[in-house]
Amino acid sequence: MSSASAQVSTVRWLKRAAFAVLVVAVIYGLGALLESTAIEYVQRIVLLAGINVILAVGLNLINGTTGQFSIGHAGFMAVGAYAAAFFGTKLHPWLIGLLGAGACADALTFNLALCIGALFAGAAGLVVGIPTLRLRGDYLAVVTLGFGEIIRIVFNNARALGAATGYSGDDPAGLPAYTNFFWVYLWATLLVTGLAHLTFSQTGRSLTAIREDEIAAEAMAIPTTRLKVLAFTVSAATAGVAGGLFAHMQSGIRPEDFKFEKSIDMVVMIIVGGLGSISGAVVGGIFVAVTLEVMRDLSQYRLVLYALLLIIIMLVRPQGLFGARELPSVLRRLRGPRTKESS
Amino acid sequence: MTEFIQQVINGLSLGSIYALIALGYTMVYGILRLINFAHGEVFMVGAYAGYYAASAFGIDAYERGGRAFPLVLAVAVLLLAMAAAAALGTTIELLAYRPVRKAPRLTPLITAIGVSLFLQNAGMLVFGPNPRRYPPILKEVPFEIGGVIVTNIKVTIFVVALALMTALRFFVLGTWTGRAMRAVSIHPDAARLMGIDVDRTIRACFAIGSALAAAGGILFGLDQIMINPLMGVLTGLKAFVAAVLGGIGSIPGAVLGGVLIGLAEQLTAGYLSPDYRDAITFVILILVLMLKPEGLLGVVKQEKV
Repeated sequence: MSSASAQVSTVRWLKRAAFAVLVVAVIYGLGALLESTAIEYVQRIVLLAGINVILAVGLNLINGTTGQFSIGHAGFMAVGAYAAAFFGTKLHPWLIGLLGAGACADALTFNLALCIGALFAGAAGLVVGIPTLRLRGDYLAVVTLGFGEIIRIVFNNARALGAATGYSGDDPAGLPAYTNFFWVYLWATLLVTGLAHLTFSQTGRSLTAIREDEIAAEAMAIPTTRLKVLAFTVSAATAGVAGGLFAHMQSGIRPEDFKFEKSIDMVVMIIVGGLGSISGAVVGGIFVAVTLEVMRDLSQYRLVLYALLLIIIMLVRPQGLFGARELPSVLRRLRGPRTKESS
Repeated sequence: MTEFIQQVINGLSLGSIYALIALGYTMVYGILRLINFAHGEVFMVGAYAGYYAASAFGIDAYERGGRAFPLVLAVAVLLLAMAAAAALGTTIELLAYRPVRKAPRLTPLITAIGVSLFLQNAGMLVFGPNPRRYPPILKEVPFEIGGVIVTNIKVTIFVVALALMTALRFFVLGTWTGRAMRAVSIHPDAARLMGIDVDRTIRACFAIGSALAAAGGILFGLDQIMINPLMGVLTGLKAFVAAVLGGIGSIPGAVLGGVLIGLAEQLTAGYLSPDYRDAITFVILILVLMLKPEGLLGVVKQEKV
């Protein structure tokens, strides 16, 4: 009996491993295809879209699923970017000494740097979250906004990190360009899958309960403050990974890269897609990356249009493109009328 | 010691500007439970309205001729800007906030952020992104009291702010509209049952808050000399923190909070480092939220299901 169930679980485990290998191979193949065919401009948009997806899905956990409102996630992205860039720079020579120079040391440095970025951003999220998440949602909005500003002021004055001119590592050529299609989309896949699992787990249901009615959730013995802080920390750490990927896309990072506008971009992503929907966040992230590039020539009108978009969505369709639904349920509804399903 | 008094005087005049803006935040929050993010932008538009009104009254000619701008015209500039801002505030309320008043809390908040961004960027397009020198509606006359240098502008700021806040106090406590405002902020539905026109009361709230912000905008222009379309962002945030510090929803609290934030900012700039003058506000905000979330003069309100 027990050996049979063990066998089943081994088979399931093997299937999952095979699926994971397949996904990695597909991402690798797509990356190679893209890098050999597309022009650099398109490649850049594709990379930014992937980073946006990570940002949007992370922000969606706190703003959409949990119903708290952060409008300072650019601050956590900045913490992740600076931490990843700094520790990446310091780790690299040491890892080369250990493994010898080459792709292996580079990849290890990059992924370790991203993890460190996530760690630091998550810690920042914890520090901000503990005092504010005991309070009502709109205070959080202001505190995160203020925190984003403080972070920027601190980086602007941190001489060890290049102050206002930004940080570009020890190499005069700037930060190494580790970020490519493979790593961006591997991390995006990992994080989207992970956050989807979290959202649909019991913890995720509790988070949704907090969004719907915090007092009722508390009456159901849900530890609201602890879960809110957890969601906020995870969300901040996710933004940190995105920051690390973003940092290694260009030769240096500057405090201006993480201004309030960046936070608003993230909010637009999840609102376009639909607060609380992971599929919506993915679509919104891609939408913003593409429209930002298309509207590059209209840069002065860009934010006016963005703001109008935000207001109009709120007035006309506050639930966004997907509402709180996910892609499979939307497809099911599109395929046929509901009566068939229920019969 | 003289330096300390100097900083305190600067802090008081800056703080009274924050207090004027904070009143708008606290009135709207008290009545709608909405952080009106666009309030900082109303302040900015008020400053620009004053700028254009002063130009229309030919302040350039007075300046070139070396004559002082007549006091009557200066008052007219102030009143015109206040009227323009009141019109803007009520329009925002009508077009953006009224449709989402009954929606879940997050919807009006996002709408408010959208309006704020819209006005910032529309301001960049209409007024131009570059800072402008504010016209000298008042001619600066410095004088010295016991080694401390005070300008007539600082005194005027303090006096005008104090006068407006006193007027507001009498308005809220003494008039029917003011009484209606207090009733709606306590319980909107009960107020409606008592025959109060809630829509009209909310509109009055926005009009008064916006007019005070415009007065703050003109005083800010006089004090800081330069204005730009993004000046409302940080100033608005600081004023909001002032409202939270004093206890959001409380009118005396907003005044107290504004003055305290102004003082804290000046003293940080003077004694620690000017780089951190903007950061101190947010440190105060986080401390208040941790230690006394209802603010200094606020009342603890138990939330009910």
